[in-house]
Amino acid sequence: MIELLSLDFMRYALAAAVLVGLTAPAVGTFIVQRRLALLGDGIGHVALTGVALGFLTGTAPVLTAVVVAALGAVAIELVRARGRTSGDVALALLFYGGLAGGVMLIYLTPGGSTASLNSYLFGAITSVNGQDVWVIAVLAVLVLAVLAVFGRELFVLCQDEEVARSAGLPTRFLGLLIAVVAAVTVVVAMRVVGLLLVSALMVVPVATSQQLTRSFRATMALAMLFGVLATVGGLTSSFYLDVPSGAAIVLLALAGFAVALAVGRFVRRSRTRESIS
Amino acid sequence: MTAPVAHDLGKAVTVPATTAFRMTAGRISLDGREILRGVDLAIEEGEVVAVLGANGSGKSTLIRALLGLIPLSGGATELYGAAPARFRQWWRIGYVPQRLSVGGGVPATVREIVSSGRISRQSRFRLTSAADKAAVTRALHEVGLSDRAGDPVQALSGGQQQRVLIARALAGEPDVFVLDEPTAGVDAASQRHLADTLAGLIQGGRTVLLVAHELGPLEPLITRAVVLKEGCVVHDGPPPQAVGAHALPGHDHVHPHAPHPGAGALSGWSDAAIGSRAENLDL
Repeated sequence: MIELLSLDFMRYALAAAVLVGLTAPAVGTFIVQRRLALLGDGIGHVALTGVALGFLTGTAPVLTAVVVAALGAVAIELVRARGRTSGDVALALLFYGGLAGGVMLIYLTPGGSTASLNSYLFGAITSVNGQDVWVIAVLAVLVLAVLAVFGRELFVLCQDEEVARSAGLPTRFLGLLIAVVAAVTVVVAMRVVGLLLVSALMVVPVATSQQLTRSFRATMALAMLFGVLATVGGLTSSFYLDVPSGAAIVLLALAGFAVALAVGRFVRRSRTRESIS
Repeated sequence: MTAPVAHDLGKAVTVPATTAFRMTAGRISLDGREILRGVDLAIEEGEVVAVLGANGSGKSTLIRALLGLIPLSGGATELYGAAPARFRQWWRIGYVPQRLSVGGGVPATVREIVSSGRISRQSRFRLTSAADKAAVTRALHEVGLSDRAGDPVQALSGGQQQRVLIARALAGEPDVFVLDEPTAGVDAASQRHLADTLAGLIQGGRTVLLVAHELGPLEPLITRAVVLKEGCVVHDGPPPQAVGAHALPGHDHVHPHAPHPGAGALSGWSDAAIGSRAENLDL
């Protein structure tokens, strides 16, 4: 571990890993509760168009990705709230549009090829520099601050939207807020695990955590812990074993889920046995 | 049993009551199908109103429209005299949906769900207060779930989950309780528990508006019944069950056609019974 910290690029990579490991599952807890587990995937695909747009116009891809992903998230939320098309169909439409748009735009970029998209599709955490870490840190703090301030309202919204409305909550604003926060999170996590795997960090730690917990708060806290363990563990193993970091992080998270599933079954079974006897 | 009716009518005459909900010529169409076809309705403070009718008669749509959850395609609704978009005193409304949403499988404890009922009384930048916590504890006690406060709601039975929803509304200490099918799919013990809880609220002067297919043990509490049929109000007045032998305490309300699914609570009522009750109201 000391060896790792002596390398500049690894220090940046570790900092980015911790920040993403904390934020993605925190947002993910609300997204899963809202039954929009695939929202991150939809936004991720749309963000690809944003990245390609950055290449085409010569602007920083992270910047264009944030803007396009946020617009995509707003579009998803508006289609969903209209209720005419079901949420998953709206998401599917954006999947295809985002991916096709990204490939088309990168083709139109002089000297651009789909190969330039690879590091965004699958992540390139070791290419993170000091400035990137600052951007990621600011965005991550912003995301966590929004969740801290609006958490109580978002809990009601994600639990039951009609109840939220009958309590006088600004449901349209809150729905857009959580969608945009998810979009920012996707772009933050893009460098670490890649756009195609981003949603895994928002969903898998939550799915793992909910095997073991009884309350919403504990689920979120434990999911954030699992998130950090997965990103840091995946990054470290990718360094020592020379494997792609994004894939290592996601596979580690999935392995954690499998273990939690077994442990959760066992705990629940012994709990039932206790209450019977 | 007739006492609350008489009391309420007396109050309506002497004290100018505040109207909690009002719908004027309310129409609702969903996907080109008319669900409500011109409904006029006013719920005064202190009333205990049951909206009855067969499945698909528009009962749930009506109360959700009164809460401003569904936009009207014609007519208007008001909450305490304000259009839903302009209404600000949402803490006065306690809505109890038909079912507890399990929140995508993310666990939540009974206390967490009940605490969320305080949301319309809390401000965004302030932490949960001692008053919030006390109200939640009271609500849990009221529905008899104090010992389950730390359990995940997913582990509870349907009847217990219904009590969680009622406790959530109780925690907000509203003036009006709006319950969507509180007796549907709930065991007899939970229904009696619900009746006791509602009786306490009514005694405390709260307004209750509920939708039901079958009233069950709630029957003696109701002061007014609104019956919907195919999106129109076909009866509005005292509950017709209270006529004659049906009013006797302990009377077992047996529906001769109960085995037929979809037979409404009302299909057994003769027009004469409804008519005679309407005349009584005019007195």
